Formats: sequence, C-alpha cells, structure tokens
Amino acid sequence: MVHTDHDLLTRRCRLMGRLSSLLPALLFILTCRFWPAIVDGQTYLFDAPWLPSLDLSLRFRLDGLSLLFALIITGAGTFVSLYSSSYLGGHRHCGRYFFFLHAFMLSMLGLVLADNLLLLFVFWEGTTIFSFLLIGFDHESKTARENARQSLLVTGGGGLALLLGILLLKIAGGSYIISSWPAAGEMVRQHHLYPFILLAVLLGAMTKSAQFPFHFWLPNAMSAPTPISAFLHAATMVKAGIYLLMRCHPLLGGTPAWTTALVLIGGFTAVWGAVQALGPRDLKRILAYTTIMALGILTMFLGGQTAPALTAAVTFLMVHALYKAALFLAVGSIDHSAGSRIIDSLGGLWRAMPLTAVAVGAACLSMAGFPLFFGFIGKEIMYEGALAKEMYPVFAVTAAVLANALMTAVAAIVLFGPFFGSARAPRQQIHESPWTMWLGPLVLGGVGILFGLIPEWVSRVLIEPAVRSFHPGPEEIRLVFFHGLNLPLLLSLVTLCCGATLYLLRHRACRLVATVVEKLPATFEGLYNLGLSGFMNGAGLLTGRLQNGSLHFYLAVIVSTVILGVGWPWIGKLSGIFGRWPESIDTTALALLLFVSGSVFVVVTARKRLAAIGGLGGVGAGVALIFLLFGAPDIAMTQLLVETLTVIFVSLVMLRLPAIEQARRRTVRRRCLDGGLALAGGLLLTSLLIGVGSEPLDRSLTSYFEANSYLAAHGRNIVNVILVDFRSFDTLGEIIVVVLAAWAAVTLIRKPMEP
Amino acid sequence: MHSVILKTATRLMVGLILVFAVYLLLRGHHEPGGGFSAALVAGTGFALFVITEGPGQVRAAIRLRSTTISLLGLGLAVVAGLPALSIGQPFLTGFWWGPANAPWLGTPLIFDVGVFFAVLGAILAVLLALEEF
Repeated sequence: MVHTDHDLLTRRCRLMGRLSSLLPALLFILTCRFWPAIVDGQTYLFDAPWLPSLDLSLRFRLDGLSLLFALIITGAGTFVSLYSSSYLGGHRHCGRYFFFLHAFMLSMLGLVLADNLLLLFVFWEGTTIFSFLLIGFDHESKTARENARQSLLVTGGGGLALLLGILLLKIAGGSYIISSWPAAGEMVRQHHLYPFILLAVLLGAMTKSAQFPFHFWLPNAMSAPTPISAFLHAATMVKAGIYLLMRCHPLLGGTPAWTTALVLIGGFTAVWGAVQALGPRDLKRILAYTTIMALGILTMFLGGQTAPALTAAVTFLMVHALYKAALFLAVGSIDHSAGSRIIDSLGGLWRAMPLTAVAVGAACLSMAGFPLFFGFIGKEIMYEGALAKEMYPVFAVTAAVLANALMTAVAAIVLFGPFFGSARAPRQQIHESPWTMWLGPLVLGGVGILFGLIPEWVSRVLIEPAVRSFHPGPEEIRLVFFHGLNLPLLLSLVTLCCGATLYLLRHRACRLVATVVEKLPATFEGLYNLGLSGFMNGAGLLTGRLQNGSLHFYLAVIVSTVILGVGWPWIGKLSGIFGRWPESIDTTALALLLFVSGSVFVVVTARKRLAAIGGLGGVGAGVALIFLLFGAPDIAMTQLLVETLTVIFVSLVMLRLPAIEQARRRTVRRRCLDGGLALAGGLLLTSLLIGVGSEPLDRSLTSYFEANSYLAAHGRNIVNVILVDFRSFDTLGEIIVVVLAAWAAVTLIRKPMEP
Repeated sequence: MHSVILKTATRLMVGLILVFAVYLLLRGHHEPGGGFSAALVAGTGFALFVITEGPGQVRAAIRLRSTTISLLGLGLAVVAGLPALSIGQPFLTGFWWGPANAPWLGTPLIFDVGVFFAVLGAILAVLLALEEF
C-alpha cells in the first residue's frame, strides 16, 4: 500500500508546513509591533547573564538595522515554510526539513538581534550548521553531500577567522557589546592589532557572503531544496556577512584599508558574478550567480563612508531580498510544474502558469531596475553613492554599471526564457502551482512594485532607521520617486541600453562566458578541491598506518603509549617504592593473589576461547574478592556483576571469531614483545598503586560524607548516597555517557545497510 | 540454544533475577545495591533470557525499545533534579517526602530509578544487537 502511505505523508507534510509557518508569521507580527517606536528612534534591549566569566551575555537589542533584517527574515520565512508545505510533497523527512528550516530562522534572528559579539558568533555558527544540514538535505545524493561539506568548510573556516577577530578585538580594548562601539571606534582603529582584526572579520564576512575568492560555494549550495535556496542563499544567510560588515562599520570602517578592501573586492565580485550568471543553463544556478553579484554590490557600497553609499547598500539589500526570494520560489514552482529548470527546455509557460509569470515579471523588472519598480529607486541611489569621493568613483561606477547591465540582461533571460517563446510541452500537462506556492512570489514581487511607488515612505520608516543605526550623522537620507535629470538617471539609461544590447546578443555572450569559464587555467574551487583531496589523502595514509585493522596492534600502541607517557616521569621515584616491603603478609590476600595469577595463566595458555574467557572471569572475581577483603562490599558487588556481564558479552563476540589456534601462530619474537609490554604495564600500575597508597590519605571528604550521609541525605549506604545525591550531577553525566556509548556500539555492531 | 533444562530453568530464574534486581534497587540507599548494580543484575537476567529464547522473544517480552528505556531513564534522572529548581536550589538537590526522621520517598530514589533504566537500556541495546548480529 505504497500509494496510501504517500498520500498520508503528503497530507502530514502539508499540515506540518502550514502549522509551522505560523511561527515566522507570529514573529513577523510581533516585530511589526515594535516598528513604530523604532521609527521614532527608540531601541529595545533585553539583557540576561549567560556566562559572565566569559563576558557572554544573552543581550539582544532591536534597532533600525535589526528591525529591517528581522522583518526580512520572518517575512520571507513565512512564505518559504508555506511554500515548502506544498513543494516538499510527501517527502520522507518532512519533519526534519521543517525543524532545520525553523532552527535556521531562529539562529538568523538571533544573529541580527544579538548585541553581544560572542552571542552573535554563537548564532553565526548556528546558521552555518543548519545551512550545511539543509544543503545536504538530500543526503543520499553524493553531490549534495559534497556541496554541503564545501559550504561548511568555507563558511565554517571563515567563522573560525571571525572568532579569532573577536578575540583580537577584545585584546585591542574593544568591547563585546556592539551598541557601545561608536564610542570606542577611534581607539580600536589606532591599535596596532587593527589590521589583523580587520583581516579576520573580513574573512568571516566574506566567506559567509560569498565574496571573491570564496564565492564558489554559493552556486554549489543550490543542491539544497529550492525554497531553502530562496531563504538561505538569497534572502537571509548570505546577508549575515553583510550584516556583520554593517555592524562593524562604526568600529572598523572609515580607514583606507577598509574602503579599499571592500570597494575592490565587492566591485570585482559583483562584475565577475554577473558575468558568470550568463554561463549556466540551469535557472537556479543563474540566480545563484546573480546573488553573488548582489552581495558584491552590497560589500562595495559598505566600503563607503557617506550617507548615499550606505543608503544604497541598505536599499539594495531590501530590493534584492524581495526580488531574489520571489524569483527562487518561482523557479521552484516551474521545476515543480514543468519538471525542469533548464532554460532551453522551457518556454511559453505564461499561459499555463499566469500567476507565477506575473510574479516573475514583477521581480525581474525590479531586478532590471525599470522605473516604477523598487529596483529603479535602488539603482538611482546606488549610482549616487558610487559617485561619492571616497569610493574610487571611476571604478565603482564602472563596476556598478557593468554589473547592473548584465543583471538587466539576465533578468530578461530569466523572464523571457521560460515564460515566452514556443511551448516545449503540451499545455494540458502543466498546471499552475497551488496557492501556497504562488502566493509568496506574488506578494514579494508586489511589494517590489508598491515600494517603488512610495519610496519616501519606505525610506522614512525602514531605510533611514536602519542606516542611522550604524551611521549616525546629520546627513539627509531620503529616497525619492524621481530625482530629476542628473548623472544617476543618465547612468540608469546607459545601463538599460547596455542590458538590452546584451540580451539581444545573449546567445553569443552566453557561449563566450561558458567557454571562458571552462577554459580558466586555475579557479579557487579547483584550489579548494586540491587542498581537500590532499588533506584526505594525507589523512588516509596516516590512518592506514595507525588504524590498520589489527586490534592487537592498537592495544600495543595504547599500552606502550601509557607506559612511556606515564612511566617516563615516574621511573626516577621507583626505587623509593619497591624498597619498602610490608613486614607481614595476610594469608587470605596471598591466596587471592595466587588465584588471580592462576587465572591469568589460564588466559594466556588457553587452547580454547571459552577457557580463556573463563580465566578472565576468574581474574575479575578475584579482584572483586580483594575489594570485599578491604571492606568495600558495594564495589565488590558491582565488580562481580560487571565481570559476569563482561563474560557474557565477550563470549557472544569471541565465540564467533576464528579458532584460537590461528592466533597462536605468532613468531617467538612477537610473543616476547607482547609479554614484555604486558609485564611493563603491570609493573607500572602496581608501582603506581603502591605509590598512591604510601602517601598520607586526605580523609576530609570521607569524614564529611560519613557525617552527613544519614543526617542530610537520609541514607546509610554512603557510596550510593554519593552517587545519587552528593555527586548526582556527575552520575547524570556518566549515565548519559553510558547510554551514548551503548548506542555507538550498536551502530558499530549492526550490519551495514545495503548501499 | 536448544536445551530443555536450560529453558525450564530460565523461565524460573529470569523472574527471580528481575525481582532481585528490583530489591537491590530499592534497598540501595541503606545497604549495598542501587540503580547501577540493579541494572547489571537485570541485564544478566535478560542475557540469560536472550541466550535461551533468542532476541525476538525478548523484544516481544519487553515491548519497549531499548532506546526508549534508556531515554526514559535519562528523563527520570533529569526530572528528579527539577523540584529543587522550583524553589531556587541548585539542580539535583535532594528532596524528601514523608515523616521528617524516616522519609520514604525522595528525589534521589527517583534519580536512582532513572540510573537503573538508563543503564538497563544501554545493556539491552548492546546485548540484542550482539545476539542479532
């Protein structure tokens, strides 16, 4: 009854998705309630200690910038989880998917709200991990796994650099409290550690936000389910690096190093990303490269110091989040309905999917920066910002115009390719996707038009509070519908014309880009692969030597390490210990000693495994009796019970192994070596025990337990009272370890699944 | 293993061993015993059961999965620490109910039961996996 199972899964998945989209929706409404006060210039602060000794506190702060990000995160999150409820269909791991999705969303929200840099880092790593899990969601595909690992290694490596930067910042006298930065900026910028801090923080931000030369992971991350790409790799996660740069702007920004690095790297990334967007035929990969372009533009404008440049960054952030999330979701719908994302096999879809077509149209026009759309407003302010003096105007304007022209061409390709032209499949086969899937793109695209019509309002309630929170200043921040005839407008016209020309030449251009990218002698992805395979080979070589599969060898290594490591410093004190023999010897103890030695002899010389196991049990029982002899009945009992179970377990395993005679065929030299090791180990332990016993015993703990066991803990068995009351937290840790170890053992014992 | 003597003896023994385990668990606070030893004894009993009747029978008899038993135990151990938190004491501080000089129920006992189930679940998991290999 596979069929009904699938139906059930589909229904469960839909319910799960719709219910769970309430979480981001409610958070969105909650954020909106703070909105008016934020516009009036207020901020909200929540502060609770977490680890005061590390200066780590649960300090959250909501200001204009956090608000903008929180609105994007929760708003996009709502549509994405609603969308996923249909997109995922009857996927087996639906629950896992929604858990990862919302865990990611909460991490991201925490990241933009955190006012403590270490706390921000905790959430930063959270987003890295959940992004890894989501990219590798289709974990049975090798490509997905490799891509997930790539993004984890690149962004995780950047995360380590960021942590280093955070620690250096602390050394340089900076505070972890982000909102206290504007005051401390000058001191940190003058500090001799400043270049290192800048480098480390930039590494963190640029790996996360896919800047050249770390950009290669983002297109590969497209093996994630499409709604995930819309959410993580367009609207939110890749913006985390941008967010960090914005936050660090008052502290680290304003120096020539900052400006040069950001403007050059950002500008280059933008152009290179936009050029590469012409290469692939897969719609999702095209969008991925345009995301790299957008992130490059954002980085470039964050290099600036003046209000127009920073306003351009914040405005374009919104523009991009709106149109890119809409486009990704729409591409997912196309894939879902038409069964393909390859642009050459799609065409004429607008009749079959009119609502999606309208959404894509709105998003693409915004992306191309047509007047009346929010993208146009964003582009105008962008050119105004690029003309600022500190931005290397010639470079910045050239990069921005080039990138935007390419973007216009790509927008046209994405719009006209799948929706117009001749249909590739009979119309009856393709249907409009369900409402959950067209609602998101339509709303996001619609907001793109709406914001384009009321830019003054948007700049007053969203852009200005956001820019002011990292660039306080008297300059006017205003977006207007029409700036008048000026240089930015001219540049916009140039951009549109260039874009149109490029679109007309698209076949030649696409082929050219594809060839050039293919012919590149060395890429950073190639470098990454080289490094990774070198590392893997090295690890393989080392493991092959050390972990050669012979348990005998492992034991020998472990025992000799202990003997050398512990015995070396101990050897000088040996003479003092063996010099003192006890005057009288207890006969019971002597008898036990003989019994244990006899058992050991049985183990070593046994011809059958069962006899050897029995001998081992004898050793254990003898040790238990020794405990009993010295007045520790609890330990003796536990030892005896453990020994019993051990014998059972060992027999279950050992009796399946080949006969003992095969193992007996060892060279004399090897057996001498083993015997020597065993003797040395035994001698070491014996001497250590004698050494410990000859020191005076500190009985303060014992007497405390004796005094309080019955009175305070109502128990006469001190050992047990210690275990379950005085030191119960230790016991809790121990039983957790016991259970985890057992599960680990079970996974090792079980037969591997058929590949 | 097909031995009538072993099978018959096991029927009698397993019950006795389990009762003995519970006895050890409950008396642990005053006399040698406690959750860990009790779990080892119960584990031995189940080992006997597994060897004579096979893992399928044992799984059917205990009904719960060994994972569930372990988690139940860990959960109990954590829950035993919670009452203290409610009045601002450190986690896992002992609490007792009953007459002041001889209370009969306390959070340490609940904790010990948690230890018992956690360890028993762990033993069962490995035991069944080994026997099914």
